[in-house]
Amino acid sequence: MSDRLLVSTRKGLFHVVRRSGAWSIDHVDFLGDNVTLALSDHRSGKLYAALDHGHFGVKVHRSGDGGWEEVGKPTYPQKPEGDEDKDPWGREVKWDAHRIWSLQAGGADEPGVLWCGTLPGGLFRSNDHGATWEMARSLWDDPLRRKWSGGGADWPGIHSIIVDPRNSKRVWIAVSTGGVWLTEDGGATWKIIGQGMRADYFPPELTHDPISQDVHCLVQCRNAPSRMWVQHHNGIFISDDEAQTFREIRDVGVSTFGFAVVVHPDDPDTAWFVPEIKDEKRIPNAGRLIVTRTRDGGKTFEELTKGLPQQHAYDIVYRHALALDRKGERLAMGSTTGGLWVSEDQGDSWSMISHTLPPVYAVTFG
Amino acid sequence: MAKLHFTANIQRHVECPSADVRGDDVRAVLEHFFENNPLARSYILDDQASVRKHITIFVDGQAIRDRLRLSDRVTSTSTIYVFQALSGG
Repeated sequence: MSDRLLVSTRKGLFHVVRRSGAWSIDHVDFLGDNVTLALSDHRSGKLYAALDHGHFGVKVHRSGDGGWEEVGKPTYPQKPEGDEDKDPWGREVKWDAHRIWSLQAGGADEPGVLWCGTLPGGLFRSNDHGATWEMARSLWDDPLRRKWSGGGADWPGIHSIIVDPRNSKRVWIAVSTGGVWLTEDGGATWKIIGQGMRADYFPPELTHDPISQDVHCLVQCRNAPSRMWVQHHNGIFISDDEAQTFREIRDVGVSTFGFAVVVHPDDPDTAWFVPEIKDEKRIPNAGRLIVTRTRDGGKTFEELTKGLPQQHAYDIVYRHALALDRKGERLAMGSTTGGLWVSEDQGDSWSMISHTLPPVYAVTFG
Repeated sequence: MAKLHFTANIQRHVECPSADVRGDDVRAVLEHFFENNPLARSYILDDQASVRKHITIFVDGQAIRDRLRLSDRVTSTSTIYVFQALSGG
């Protein structure tokens, strides 16, 4: 089990470690800077941090023996003269890395490979540990990409990247808003998949179109890879055929709206969510921060509250801010209002590490 | 050669010392500067090589007008400042 957490916040990357059975903040990197995401690459031991300097744009840093160093930035290609690239609402899409929204290590057989998803929808691949990046051009040039639209952000973005543990050339991505896509040749070609999801924010003729789907988070069970879970803008969906088709999970109790989902690495029926009041308010129901857990593939859900604030809690847990360790025992969760909690018993109980952090964007076990 | 200065705020991210740089327009001056400081490019320019939204550039006390192509003229006696804009908060 991992004894280290990387917590990406609006004001730095917090390293949280477990010593003598207790978790505490060890140190902070990039203090004062906006760290939107971090990746701990288990293949190399390297850490990666995505920074957004506002005035000065987004950057990627990599940890090495000598500390952090800035590496290559995913850079959009030169936009062809006269190309009117507009989103479905008629707004000009700027070919510029607006935000780094996902970082994922490649397969065990491709040690230098990283994937990076961005707003406004570019996917990038690095073959050299982030030193340089190349856009997955066939995906960007797919005419259907121009049907992607912004969800919570102004521009569409790729927030979930899953590399098939059996075959590194197979990669799934999920887009808000633009559905689920799959490559089976390492990114050379892509196709949209994901029938069965529901988009109530579009007119009836588009409600079930795979391109309309505002997937908030897509995850895969590592040792039962056919099973995937989606936390969607309109609810929770489950797939038993590698995201080709989904069915909706209803009767979850408090809410099916949320951003985050994690699935147990060995038990595909066990998954965790953080429900919020949908979607106009986006606050916990009745001021109670709750994690829901299913152990039976979504037939029933437990509400896990022990150690979590149950009065006047307005914590939102973003899609990358709920984490499960590689053994599926420890969970960690950070919130928009600076709360950070850890569970060592699969969510049965939680310990608060801090409630005064900057807004938390992402949490991952190191 | 034109004198080129950068906001102090950029220095903690990437070292951008003041420099005497040749070039007939802002694009040429910056490109010459980036030759010796390639890391600075993405801090000043976006992916389309235009001035970042929240960066401003002054030439002899005037904010440049062509933020897209950076064609504002520069002379050998010009002084250029690269600032972060207040618009970025």
